[in-house]
Amino acid sequence: MEHALEIERLFVSYLGNQVVKDITFSVKKGSLVGIIGPNGAGKSTLMKATLNLISKDKGDIKIFGEPLKKWKKNIAYVPQRSDIDWDFPITVIDVVLLGTYPKLGLFKRPTKSDREWAQECLKTVGMENFSGRQIGELSGGQQQRVFLARALAQKAELFFLDEPFVGIDVASEETIINILRDLKKEGKTILVVHHDLSKAESYFDHLLLLNQHMIHYGASEEVLQPEVITKAYANQFSFLQPKGVNVTS
Amino acid sequence: MKMNMIDFFEALFQYEFLQKALFTSVMVGVICGIVGCFIILRGMSLMGDAISHAVLPGVAISYMLGISFFFGAVITGVLTAIGIGYVSQNSRIKHDMAIGIMFTSMFAVGIVIITFMKSSADLYHILFGNVLAVRMSDMWITVGIGVLVIGLVTLFYKELLVSTFDPTMAESYGLPNKWIHYALMVVLTMVTVASLQTVGIVLVVAMLITPAATAYLLTNRLSVMIYFAALFGIIASVFGLYFSFIYNLASGATIVLVSAFMFAMAFFFSPSQGLVWKALKARRNRAELMR
Repeated sequence: MEHALEIERLFVSYLGNQVVKDITFSVKKGSLVGIIGPNGAGKSTLMKATLNLISKDKGDIKIFGEPLKKWKKNIAYVPQRSDIDWDFPITVIDVVLLGTYPKLGLFKRPTKSDREWAQECLKTVGMENFSGRQIGELSGGQQQRVFLARALAQKAELFFLDEPFVGIDVASEETIINILRDLKKEGKTILVVHHDLSKAESYFDHLLLLNQHMIHYGASEEVLQPEVITKAYANQFSFLQPKGVNVTS
Repeated sequence: MKMNMIDFFEALFQYEFLQKALFTSVMVGVICGIVGCFIILRGMSLMGDAISHAVLPGVAISYMLGISFFFGAVITGVLTAIGIGYVSQNSRIKHDMAIGIMFTSMFAVGIVIITFMKSSADLYHILFGNVLAVRMSDMWITVGIGVLVIGLVTLFYKELLVSTFDPTMAESYGLPNKWIHYALMVVLTMVTVASLQTVGIVLVVAMLITPAATAYLLTNRLSVMIYFAALFGIIASVFGLYFSFIYNLASGATIVLVSAFMFAMAFFFSPSQGLVWKALKARRNRAELMR
């Protein structure tokens, strides 16, 4: 099976500190991969560097065996909720319509069929009745669904989602994960930055466990073994050591 | 008031300088409104203030050399924008600090240069505008800048919208955010130049921010916001000029005051955002619960 994404020996610094160190992994086309690890492990940084949103110190990134540049318009990115100005004067349908921009090219405006397609994407995420609302009027889960609809509108091959499940309701979480599974069935490749270990196994088929260095990459059940997980989270349990508990062994 | 209105219209038909003044102010109102929308939504109000002040040395030097304000202003404006970015990216100095340092320094340099020219009347006009002295050449520069601004925003509306709302997405599909930013800085200096005569350097920022902010309170769509902002710019210019002419006041100040008045109205009475409606609604809700 061909590789949708190959990353080799990636090093990235953020604000002068190296937070992603020597990461090598590859993702097969049609997989749903979770990127997990403690706070400050460099999960978002890794994702942003993969998309060249922040510059890397060293390393090689290939999309379907080719440089990232060739595939830029076929990658949909859903940012963290905190990166968006929710007071912006834009309606739900217009946010989804942004997804059609990458392939429109310069000077071209979205057509009627683009609008219909955007409306269809809204329907997929169950938000079709909110199209005229200003985005700030929605709940966290609804906002996240709208941004997923935007990613769908892009008709991309690869999907990158940064913490899509933070601060959203259970129903929205369910909707989103089901859509991601459908995308996977269509042969799309999805990477998700995620921090809730409890659901990681049921959500993803592969996991990349990270704590600046790569701890482990493999099938979810293989990564979610206590002895593997503690390697990444060991320093968070260090308060137990004076009490005689040793979690790293 | 009625008498004054008639006087104003009579004068408008009679005097060419007043026609030029009105035409230029309206044009400035439109372009400031349009550009202002992007300035406030990108969180660059302070930057707008900085750039508009920082054109002073460029304007002064152009004046001394006898060339158009335009070139000097664009050069110093862009240099300041680059300088602010450079200082804040390469030290622990935050963006707002860098803005404060750079624009006051540039402004001071401008004042020193103008002092050498030994003409305080010129300084006064550059700082506060003198719309009644608009020359034909100034008017054409304003028209040119207006056409350019409207053309650019129409052509690149899509790109401006994405890079303003979600710069990360814009970057991820290959839009050159950095160049869009600097292009906007260049446009900002041009708008400042266009506004020199009507409102003056010191108050340009009011024309950029106030009409756009008023529009921001009234709509949930960027395209509508742009039209509203341009409209408020026009209203401010026309009425500002009227009050300036009738009561013999500085045109810059009256134009800015009219737009501030419109902002106050929107702030209190906007159907969706207005403080008055919000308070009334809250009161009704409380009364409902008391029963």
